Amino acid sequence: MTDAATPTVNGALPHNDAKALKYYTASQWQLVWWRFKRHHTAMAGALFLLAMALAGLFADFIAPYSTTTRDRDYIMGPPQMPMAWDSHGFSLRPFIHGVTTKRDPVTLRKIATIDPDKREYLEFFMRGEAYTLFGLIPSNIHLFGVPSGHIHLFGTDELGRDVFSRTLFATGTSLSIGVLGVMTAFVLALIIGGTAGYFAGWIDYGVQRVTEIVRVVPVIPLYMGLAAAFPREWSNIQVYFAMTMIFGLVGWPTLARRVRSHLLAQRGEDYVLAAELSGARPARIIGKHLLPSFTSYIIVDLVISFPYMILSETALSFIGLGLRPPSVSWGIMLQDAQNIRAIEQAPWFFIPAGFVVLAVLAFTLLGDGLRDAADPYSVNK
Amino acid sequence: MSRFIIQRLFGMLVTLFFVSIMVFTIMELPPGDYADRYAFRKYSGTGINVTESDIQNIRVEFGLDRPAPARYLSWIGGILTDFDFGQSFAFETSVNRVVGERLVLTLALLYATLILTYAISIPIAIYAAVRRHSAVDYGLTIMSYLGLALPNFLLALILLYISVTVFGSSVGGLFSPDYVDAPWSFAKVGDMLLHLIVPSLVLAWSATALQLQTVRATMLDELNKLSVTAARARGLPEWKLLLKYPARLAINPVVSTIGFDVNRIFSELPIVALVLSLPELGELLIQSYLDLDMYVAGAILMMLTFFIVFMNFLSDVLLAVLDPRIKLEGG
Repeated sequence: MTDAATPTVNGALPHNDAKALKYYTASQWQLVWWRFKRHHTAMAGALFLLAMALAGLFADFIAPYSTTTRDRDYIMGPPQMPMAWDSHGFSLRPFIHGVTTKRDPVTLRKIATIDPDKREYLEFFMRGEAYTLFGLIPSNIHLFGVPSGHIHLFGTDELGRDVFSRTLFATGTSLSIGVLGVMTAFVLALIIGGTAGYFAGWIDYGVQRVTEIVRVVPVIPLYMGLAAAFPREWSNIQVYFAMTMIFGLVGWPTLARRVRSHLLAQRGEDYVLAAELSGARPARIIGKHLLPSFTSYIIVDLVISFPYMILSETALSFIGLGLRPPSVSWGIMLQDAQNIRAIEQAPWFFIPAGFVVLAVLAFTLLGDGLRDAADPYSVNK
Repeated sequence: MSRFIIQRLFGMLVTLFFVSIMVFTIMELPPGDYADRYAFRKYSGTGINVTESDIQNIRVEFGLDRPAPARYLSWIGGILTDFDFGQSFAFETSVNRVVGERLVLTLALLYATLILTYAISIPIAIYAAVRRHSAVDYGLTIMSYLGLALPNFLLALILLYISVTVFGSSVGGLFSPDYVDAPWSFAKVGDMLLHLIVPSLVLAWSATALQLQTVRATMLDELNKLSVTAARARGLPEWKLLLKYPARLAINPVVSTIGFDVNRIFSELPIVALVLSLPELGELLIQSYLDLDMYVAGAILMMLTFFIVFMNFLSDVLLAVLDPRIKLEGG
């Protein structure tokens, strides 16, 4: 299987013996890593996703405000970008222009106006709202903030909540639903696809039929039907886990098909027969001998199925059948952009959409790179 | 060939049977039953005191007191014998009447989308494969990445935003205001076709992205085949040999995935319809899920799946006709 005699390092002849030796003695995962590193777009995708995951994980620290904090003086306010200079000159410490509220002389409503003469300097590691990181570490230090007034990098929504902070928390929620959904689907696929592929025969036939039925029903309407059944009195945590469950339940057939076809291709090999003759049980043969032979392919499949989960979550929450406020996810934030009036006045409601697109793009690029690296023995085209 | 078609038809019926069980299960999933919701909807706010026995009466009236298998049989029996999908309680009329015209619009949208998808993706992908590393080829790669990353409903939102801010009019809806309640006429059909362009472009967006990649990849494989070299050696004009060998084969993966495309389009339809406010089945599906009007939801889910299964069948038959290498037995 490991065709070590092929004198190619990714398609090129090794230059000297030391390099060749390094290549021939490298483990499979090392080869995968070397090949993956050469895909710059895939690396960029991976780094971007890592940054996103970290931003979501440490949202409490990075975001200046919580998801529900309201700035009543700056409702539907446009984004405030930190600047280094204005008409009053240059400043090494970035600042934003402060907001002054005046009353409209006619309607007596409060109107917030940016005051170009008032500077609010950014402070880093500033003390602000208290939070508990991961529910464990109590703290009140935020990455940045302004001592007086508020800073809204991405503007505010109809209730005066900070879009930047909410987007960060939403990133955490949406990515984690994707991870949990993929994991659930993966475990189910491994068990069901593993059984079908290993035992073949009528078990395989039955699983194939079920797979076919789940695949023939349009996915998002199916998700919607399952999500519509969530009782209204469920808490947000319950809905969250129920969502990951249905993503797993609907998502497994595609993965199971892949696991099954890999198993079917491998189970006739001699080493399987040897293991059987030595008296190994099916679970051990599948887990210990067969799975490692195509782990890299399975990882690719998992990465590729991520975007579908994320898009489904966004779509479900967007139409109001998924997560419910006060939870925040990309889909819930985009609900604000459903209304034409709102997006006309506040185009910054689209910012979470940018996150969705970038996340899916990053996953796709990463998947492409991994797909090529998963089989390090193939010759590059 | 006829044996193959009968076999596939039978397989289609079996799939539909299992799908109907699944759809019925989804209809039964929401907590509380139809009678509760019906009573709540009808009497809440009227001041009439509804007792448990009243609800029991409604239950008997609709046959809800029977066990689930019996209810399934009467539901599916109604569909098969009278094409009767049951009652919608949100609209207080039969499901057929609620669904009615929307079904026609949905199908119009589906076929417009499919035609657009193939009319755009096949020629462009073939051209890109022949002129590899040209501007069109790179454009195709970028487009197909974008098509996968930008979900249709976001594209719809963006188009909506542009149409409102730049053109000052909305691209939503399927009819001009004058025609919404007008009876069907040639003018109305023409008006609808004009309004179909934007929604079907939006729906075709991701399907086109996928097909572009598939057709291009198959074309590249086929262009390296010996048959092409041999044809060139015989002195066949380039356009003729392109059409005769690689292009003809590059159509096959497209044909075999028609059902998959229909599935994808129907999957994205509800949300796009919601954003663009199209009066078709997807939008109604969301509404009926939110109202827990499960007979309507079940009917729509069944219809959408029926068309997917039917298009799957059609694509199998078409492929068998197009590609004589396909084995006609089993499958």
